Amino acid sequence: MKYLVAFLGSLLLLTTVASAPDEPFLFEDAKKQERFNSLMEEIRCLVCQNQSLADSGAGLADDLRKEAYRMISEGQSNDAIKAFMVERYGDFVLYDPPLQPSTFVLWFGPFILMLVATIVIIAILKKRNQPS
Amino acid sequence: MKKIALIPISLFGLMLIFLAIGLTLDPKLVPSPLVGKTIPSFSSNSLLTPNVVSHSDELKGDPYLLNVWASWCSACRIEHPLLVEVAEKNEIPIVGLNYKDRRRESIKWLQTYGNPYKFSFFDPEGKIGMDLGVYGVPETFLVNENGIIVYKHIGPLDETVLKTEIFKKLVDSKIK
Repeated sequence: MKYLVAFLGSLLLLTTVASAPDEPFLFEDAKKQERFNSLMEEIRCLVCQNQSLADSGAGLADDLRKEAYRMISEGQSNDAIKAFMVERYGDFVLYDPPLQPSTFVLWFGPFILMLVATIVIIAILKKRNQPS
Repeated sequence: MKKIALIPISLFGLMLIFLAIGLTLDPKLVPSPLVGKTIPSFSSNSLLTPNVVSHSDELKGDPYLLNVWASWCSACRIEHPLLVEVAEKNEIPIVGLNYKDRRRESIKWLQTYGNPYKFSFFDPEGKIGMDLGVYGVPETFLVNENGIIVYKHIGPLDETVLKTEIFKKLVDSKIK
C-alpha cells in the first residue's frame, strides 16, 4: 500500500504544465501589471483556439503578448490594444462578441427561443384547462 | 393540441439542421477582417537580395498573390509544386512573405523545391505577419490591382481553391 501511494505520488511529479508561456511580463507599475494580466485573459489565441493569450504557449501568442506589453508600457488604453487585435485577427479574438448584425442571432436568439417556449407552454396549459 | 405539439418538434428539427451545418464547418478557418480592405503597407529587405528593400506599395497596378511561407512549415511543401506551376505558366505573379524563418534555411528550401516567387519579403520577427493577421502558415492573399485584399486562403492551396476562388475572383474583377 505504502509503495502504491509512493508510486502514485511520483506520477504526480511527472505532470507538468504542457504549454505555459515561457517569459513572464513584469511591469514596475502594479496597475499596468493588473491591466496586462486581465487583458491577456480576455483575448483569445487563434492558434490554440480554446486558450486565451495568457495561457497559450503558441509562438504567435507570445508575439502578441510582447506587442500588448509594449503597448501598455507606452501607456496605450485597453481599447486600443483590443482594437489592434481585432483589426488583424477579427472579432473572433474577443471572448465577448460585439453586438452587430452578424451576432444578432447569438445575442437575441435565446430570448426569442424563450419567448416561443413560453407561448407554447401557455397555449398548452390553456388547452388543458378547457373542459373538453 | 396536435398543431401546438408540432412547434417544439419543428424547432427541434431546425436546431438539428443548424447543428448539422455546424459540424461541416471548420472552426480553424476564421474569416479575416482584412478581406475587402487595402493591404497594410509594409516593407522589408528581400530574402534573396538583402540589400534591396521592397515596399508593398510598389506592387500596386497588377493583381498578385501574396503567399506566406516558411521553410519550417511542412504544409507549405504540399502547396509548393502548385505555386511553381502557376509561376511557370505565368498565370499570376506570386510574391512571397517569408515568415519567422532564418534566411539560410529558407534560401536552401527555395533551391530544393523551386522558387515561384517574384521576390520574397523577409519577416523573421513575424511583424509583417502580425499586421496581415497571419496565424497559420501557409496563408495566401489575393490582392487586386488597387491593392485591395480580395480573398484570403488559410492552409495549403490546392487546384480547386485556385480555380473556384482565386482565378474566378480574378476574372470577375476584370469584368468590372
